[in-house]
Amino acid sequence: MSLAVAGSGGAGRRIGVGGLALAGLAAALLAGVVIGETALPPLTVLQVLANKVLGAGYALDPVDEGIIWNYRLTRAIVAAACGAGLAVSGVVLQALLRNALADPYVLGISAGASTGAVAVTIAGLGAGLLSLSFGAFIGAILAFGIVALLARAAGGGAGAAGAAQIVLAGIAGAQLFNALTALIIAKSANSDQARGIMFWLMGSLGGVRWPDVWLAVPVAAAGVLIVALHTRALDAFAFGSEAAASLGVPVRRVQAALIGTSAMITAVMVSMVGAIGFVGLVIPHAARFLVGPRHGRLIPASAFMGAVFLILADILSRVVIPGQVLPIGVVTALVGAPAFAAILVRGGRRL
Amino acid sequence: MIDAEDLCYSVRGRRLLQGVTLGLHPGETLGLVGPNGSGKSTLLRLLAGLTRPEAGIVRLDGAPLASLPRRTVAQRVAFVAQAAETAERLTGRQVVELGRTPWLDALAPWSEADESIVDGALATVEMLDLAERQWGTLSGGERQRLHIARALAQRPDILLLDEPTNHLDIRHQLAILSLVADLPVTSVIALHDLNQARICDRIAVLHHGRLVALGPAEEVLTPDRLRAVFGVAARELTDPADGSRLFHFHAIA
Repeated sequence: MSLAVAGSGGAGRRIGVGGLALAGLAAALLAGVVIGETALPPLTVLQVLANKVLGAGYALDPVDEGIIWNYRLTRAIVAAACGAGLAVSGVVLQALLRNALADPYVLGISAGASTGAVAVTIAGLGAGLLSLSFGAFIGAILAFGIVALLARAAGGGAGAAGAAQIVLAGIAGAQLFNALTALIIAKSANSDQARGIMFWLMGSLGGVRWPDVWLAVPVAAAGVLIVALHTRALDAFAFGSEAAASLGVPVRRVQAALIGTSAMITAVMVSMVGAIGFVGLVIPHAARFLVGPRHGRLIPASAFMGAVFLILADILSRVVIPGQVLPIGVVTALVGAPAFAAILVRGGRRL
Repeated sequence: MIDAEDLCYSVRGRRLLQGVTLGLHPGETLGLVGPNGSGKSTLLRLLAGLTRPEAGIVRLDGAPLASLPRRTVAQRVAFVAQAAETAERLTGRQVVELGRTPWLDALAPWSEADESIVDGALATVEMLDLAERQWGTLSGGERQRLHIARALAQRPDILLLDEPTNHLDIRHQLAILSLVADLPVTSVIALHDLNQARICDRIAVLHHGRLVALGPAEEVLTPDRLRAVFGVAARELTDPADGSRLFHFHAIA
């Protein structure tokens, strides 16, 4: 909550920080386009942008132009949208569940979305991009419902014991949905499809094009906006849902709206680029460390840091092994798993 | 004011409240006493609208509590639960600022007025000096005082407190009690110390989920009733210094 603006000149300082963040995001996007198999000079990149956006008419190699405009730029933009969306989903889940280890991946929501997406693409429940996302959304909601019910049945709640229960329930849910995904692939997919899907499941920005941008960016923007409208309510959950209710928060409605938003973001991102883990877990903690626990700052900070983090992770995934693209989920897991361990060691207390 | 009529509540088949009817008088301090498990916390939660009664109804100025938006209720009624905890690295001031939540929205952002209300609430519970400390570094009593300040920052007409003196040292117990008794708001306060409860204008005695007595301390807290409800022998003594009366308790042999 941006309840109290820190000190005098707070508004001006805030605009300054926001401008800096946007400049950082632009720099990360540019880096994402410049760095790759063949490095393309930043000037060429800017000329392509000028050509496409402003119709500047620089004479450029059409191959370079194609790579920059259709491959690298779309990839960087979708990475940014995914990172922002997943990080904000993590903030929401951590606040509502009062659990430092909550994130869409740990709680099995990403696995459920994968199952839903595979059920649509391979088993043929409907067709087309939107229905793919919708299948993923149904899977995500189902997975969260099952995990929440399981945690509740196991006596979960706020506090240390409940924190363990929801994570255990998430493991069970993720295993179940991953098994279902494997079952659908084994039953319905041919070997080519299967190889493609296995790669996608690890997280891959490889096939991303402009239509994906037009889905990812609006969903991430709308999701972050919905969450940003609830920052005070999220703050009020600091002492639990009953305390939030006594502070005037319509708890059920807020929980439904925000968990629905998280599931929507996760579903759309997973259906596009696969289940990328740990972004929603690590980024909120890093952001909390920098800007504190209040959501008025935490939400924008997480969105920005998540966007930059995933662009950088994507760059790494392309340059670590020459001539080969690593699944981006491998990169985020290599960073995220140690961070998960660090959070565990600190006793599940928020950083 | 809050009026409760014939409230019943049970959890997993166990009756926690049975037919409780209770109306608050404007401006009074009502003490809620009873043994462990007698239903004090449950009754407070029902009066705050945090739980729906199984039967019966709670009204706020005549309107059923369940029909009012949470925000409207929170502008009138503040609730201090027993030992609510957080793992967030909030400062004391930030916790008290949460009390302004029901008054803020996009059209009414944080203002100077909110700031001074928070300062006032912190000053009332003597926590201004510790306001910038992190929640995790504060003692149980300091946290309890912040919870009370948070409730005061809601600027409620009605304040519901569940054993607010639990973690406090004796000086702060007395300070909080006289603070609550002197506040110009109506308060309901669950208490364990029957001698301290005498500060209240009226006492409600709960026993096995039933309201067994309601009235001024001297009428309600009698040795016979204390024996029946709490299972202790009580002897009433008079303080020779100021003539005030207090109980000396002992176990029934």
